[in-house]
Amino acid sequence: MAVETMTRTTAIAEVPVRRARRESQLGLMWRRFKRHRLALVSLWVVLAFYLVALLAEFLAPADPSAYSARYTYAPPQGIQLFSTGEDGSWRFFPHVNGYATEIDQKAMRRTFVIDPEVEIPVQFFVPSDPYLLAGVIPMSVKFIGVTEARAPFYVLGADRLGRDLLSRLIHGTRISLSIGLAGVTLSLFFGIIIGGFAGYYGGWFDSAVMRVVEFIRSMPTIPLWLGLAAALPKDWTALQTYFAITVILSLIGWTELARVVRGRFLSLRTEDFVTAAQLDGASDWRIITRHMVPSFMSHIIAAATLAIPGMILAETALSFLGLGLQAPIVSWGTLLQDAQNIRTLATAPWLLTPGICVVVIILSMNFFGDGLRDAADPHGR
Amino acid sequence: MSALLTVEHLSKHFTLSGGWFGPERRLDALTDISLTVEAGETLAIVGESGCGKTTLGRCIIKAQPANEGRVVYHPKSGGEVELSALSKREIKPWRQDIRMIFQDPMSSLNPNMRVFDIVAEPLRIHRICKGKELEERVISTLEKVGIPAEAVGRYPHAFSGGQRQRIGIARALVLDPKLVIADEAVSALDVSIQAQVLNLLEDLKAEFGLTYIFISHDLGVVNYIADRVAVMYLGHMVENAPTEMLFERPRHPYTELLLEALPIADPLRRKGRKKEVLGEIPYLGNRPVGCPFHPRCKYAEDKCRSEKPALRPIEGTAQQAACHFAEKLHLKGAYEDAPEAVLHEA
Repeated sequence: MAVETMTRTTAIAEVPVRRARRESQLGLMWRRFKRHRLALVSLWVVLAFYLVALLAEFLAPADPSAYSARYTYAPPQGIQLFSTGEDGSWRFFPHVNGYATEIDQKAMRRTFVIDPEVEIPVQFFVPSDPYLLAGVIPMSVKFIGVTEARAPFYVLGADRLGRDLLSRLIHGTRISLSIGLAGVTLSLFFGIIIGGFAGYYGGWFDSAVMRVVEFIRSMPTIPLWLGLAAALPKDWTALQTYFAITVILSLIGWTELARVVRGRFLSLRTEDFVTAAQLDGASDWRIITRHMVPSFMSHIIAAATLAIPGMILAETALSFLGLGLQAPIVSWGTLLQDAQNIRTLATAPWLLTPGICVVVIILSMNFFGDGLRDAADPHGR
Repeated sequence: MSALLTVEHLSKHFTLSGGWFGPERRLDALTDISLTVEAGETLAIVGESGCGKTTLGRCIIKAQPANEGRVVYHPKSGGEVELSALSKREIKPWRQDIRMIFQDPMSSLNPNMRVFDIVAEPLRIHRICKGKELEERVISTLEKVGIPAEAVGRYPHAFSGGQRQRIGIARALVLDPKLVIADEAVSALDVSIQAQVLNLLEDLKAEFGLTYIFISHDLGVVNYIADRVAVMYLGHMVENAPTEMLFERPRHPYTELLLEALPIADPLRRKGRKKEVLGEIPYLGNRPVGCPFHPRCKYAEDKCRSEKPALRPIEGTAQQAACHFAEKLHLKGAYEDAPEAVLHEA
């Protein structure tokens, strides 16, 4: 009888243990997040941007550094889906039009006009020179492109050296977004460790850390970044500069996250369930990793998401001022450098498209982060 | 009966920082507390809020270090363990024997852990068992406190306050402890649930041969569950007596005051009662000279204002009280009715 009861008990117990996993905290969070429409849309936008960053080589029609003296400041060609025959009939024929050059007599300047006579067919999955996708997967096909060799294909126009802006934008997305992620990851690492120690152990270390944080945050950021960035050796490689800029950005970024983490630790430290774990005889490490961190991980994720746009903006600002990333690295900031003067803006306004990307991703990130934060808020439970 | 735990001259103070430049202040939470907990009894610690009863419980279990005095545990195997002198690592094995039940069932369970893991956590920390054995032990403990096995996969927010407190009790009992400190374990619950939980605690005590230190401000609850009562006031222990005697004839004016404040269900008997308790509990950082209770005591004399009474046994009884006039005063107990005269008037 006793044995029978025992086995039945465990048999009943096994099922619900597994079934209940679904309503974990992340599950609850996702359910609440989904109710936030704007945040959900933003999530898809953000994911799309990161997908572009990941597949940059595949999506970009051209090599971002391939220049062409024939097509400097060529305007954007619209992709046309239908072609009109001489008899006025329509047929499905995706193509771009070629360029014709005119000389502006007053300004003595060459300008491009779209030549509707020339139709260059556009196709998906066109063969190309072999390349490595994300640096690992060898491929020799592009997502979209023209089949004719040496035919111009400038969907978003060309820059000062006749480079394809769309391709540069796509490659710039990779750099700008990854620098945001890397910067936040680095900030998060320092923020959690330093803020965690300060919050958990308190005392003089806490006071010291918080004074340092206040000191760093009281400094005006742009001059500080400028100073640090200007101190980077000129002969560093592009990769070295990239990492150096990441470190410089996180140097300030960690303070905000450290504050958040410390605050959570402070409030959790006095919670009864943490005392209960201490009285269970749990080690500090176990208390922190098993009892404290899971209860504020969602907040940290939200805080980190909200910190990414700041990083992206900071990188863009630095590069725009010429002290962040340097050519030949392509980032949104370095692309916007080309749009610094009024003449360019007047003749080639399409060079501002990186700015649109910045605005869209920053807004999306902010909405997404807001939604996450609301979903992680325990008061909403 | 033999002593399971003795507390000797325990003192605890907190230092209040006055900011960067202000002076530091000292706040005495416990002053020279001595008590003995016999194996198998339920000792209640009562007092108003701020009297130090929770701090005492936390110092005993070493959730906070005491400043002076000793806490000595006498395990069944013999010998004595001075808990107050042990390091964090050394005390770990004894944490199995002495467990705590918390006041607030909402905050004492980790909201991110399933009930099964909450109760299994102590077993895992002490590496007592794992796998099938762990599962069986957790589930049987939960069933003993009345949580069905189907519910073990849920998170705490899916339970009511009473159920959560049962889970907290299961967490305390899963290690098969000897002494359980229940800090206001039923205060946060509805009265009907209080009774259920109290009965559960009684049943478990009988089943596992437990000893309780029951910290409470509710004398009604204490009367129901305790064998012996220690009354605290401003960090001092003012009376320590078997429950029956304490309710029958208190030996300290403060105890009388507390008993007077007990609600009486019968409105006729309620008549001649004093409406409010005299005075307020003073701020801990600004305690009176002499007997700590004298500003509120209606029997206070000059001696009380200058000389601090020590806790001492009262001749002819099993009671201890810290009052200069414990023998002389005839204080009113809880069972004494309002004077006859009042009833006649009505």
